[in-house]
Amino acid sequence: MSFLPYAAAAWLFLVGLWGVVSSTNLVRAVLSLTVVQSSTYLVLLGIGFRSGAKAPVVADIPQSSRLVDPVVQVLVLTDVVIEATVTALLLALVVQAHKRFGSLDPADLRILRD
Amino acid sequence: MSALQTTALIAVVAAGTAVVLTPEALRQTMVLGIFGLTLTILFFTFQAPDVALSEIVVSGVGLPLIILAALRKIRSQERDRQAEERDS
Amino acid sequence: MTRRARLALFALAGPAFAAVLVIGLHGLPTFGDYHGVYGLLVNRIEPRLRHATDIVTALNFDIRAFDTLGEEFILFTSVSGVALLLRRLRVADEHAERSRGTEDHRFAGASAGVRMSSLLLIPLLIALGGYVVLHGALTPGGGFQGGVVMAAGPLAVLVAGRYLIMKHLAPEWLLEAADSAGAAGYVLMGVGGLIFTGVLLKNFLPLGTPGELLSAGMMPLNSIAVGLEVTGAFLLVWTEFLDQALITTGGEEG
Repeated sequence: MSFLPYAAAAWLFLVGLWGVVSSTNLVRAVLSLTVVQSSTYLVLLGIGFRSGAKAPVVADIPQSSRLVDPVVQVLVLTDVVIEATVTALLLALVVQAHKRFGSLDPADLRILRD
Repeated sequence: MSALQTTALIAVVAAGTAVVLTPEALRQTMVLGIFGLTLTILFFTFQAPDVALSEIVVSGVGLPLIILAALRKIRSQERDRQAEERDS
Repeated sequence: MTRRARLALFALAGPAFAAVLVIGLHGLPTFGDYHGVYGLLVNRIEPRLRHATDIVTALNFDIRAFDTLGEEFILFTSVSGVALLLRRLRVADEHAERSRGTEDHRFAGASAGVRMSSLLLIPLLIALGGYVVLHGALTPGGGFQGGVVMAAGPLAVLVAGRYLIMKHLAPEWLLEAADSAGAAGYVLMGVGGLIFTGVLLKNFLPLGTPGELLSAGMMPLNSIAVGLEVTGAFLLVWTEFLDQALITTGGEEG
């Protein structure tokens, strides 16, 4: 039961990867990549959790109480915002590819180059 | 592992699988919004309020709009291409 | 490679990778039993050292500010990439449009209900975004979260169907200036640390009392710089994509 967060992260990674591999539409591949990214957030936050501990904000709780690890939260926090912009870059590439090749199918991109 | 965390994890796994299995790109965007919401609840149960705030803002406002604008552009490019083929 | 070949390769490699992943993840300590040293030490000493009550923001903008510098520049680079790719497309489109003779730049209108509620939302969103950015060191929040909330403000104008007004409210040169000012501001804070204390990105402002708005040294200023950059970045990405999408659409502005 305590392995459930990591098992869920592994499942999300594999499902997202399968989505990227088996997609017929480049936009769908980019969206499945978002699922893969969120599996890494799950692993990071799962590592830092301490049972019975509180959030690392000491504005209203005594400073010596038991808190979860804050370092992994820093990593995930900046990561979430930045992966959105990286997805925007990927979608700009997809738009450019559609303009040049006329189709969103990954298999068609090779044919028009020959 | 409290009951709340287990429920949130199951919801995340279900929503993630639904994102990959949805057929159209437009529908996938909406399911992606729901996936972001389940992730936010999960981050709350993991005692990470900063991360939950970041995730709900990005997956509710940031990402769906980028995807919808890209889809709109692709559709208008498709329309231009068909118009050119008809003219030539 | 064709889709069939890709699926065949995944059928072979997928289960092997899954096995390796699960075995690797088993090696991690049990869930809920974190006993690393660095995080627990920071929890213990940070409020006394940096006078900030939100430990995550203190790590982000003060103790590990160098990592945030790197992440900020990833943001800047990918937004520059989006602008580069889509602007070349837009120039080509504009040439094609002018040769064909049509140049509609209107956007379909929205109903009165949507317009009223979005008008109410605009000041709320900007105020909420500013609040989240400024109170980063005190409560959950900070530059990254507040920046995206602030970017949603001018976006509500778009939802109301007034795309051209949004272009007047947030013109492109202003967004680029905000994005660059945020990135440069963060580096300038770091250089200030270098000048006054001899270490890059070390705190050199007075710390104040924890719990007040002007406390925790350079954290609010770093937070404002990052918030400015994230707002400029998101609005720039949205207007780049939407300029693309709306340049060939003719519609009723109702």
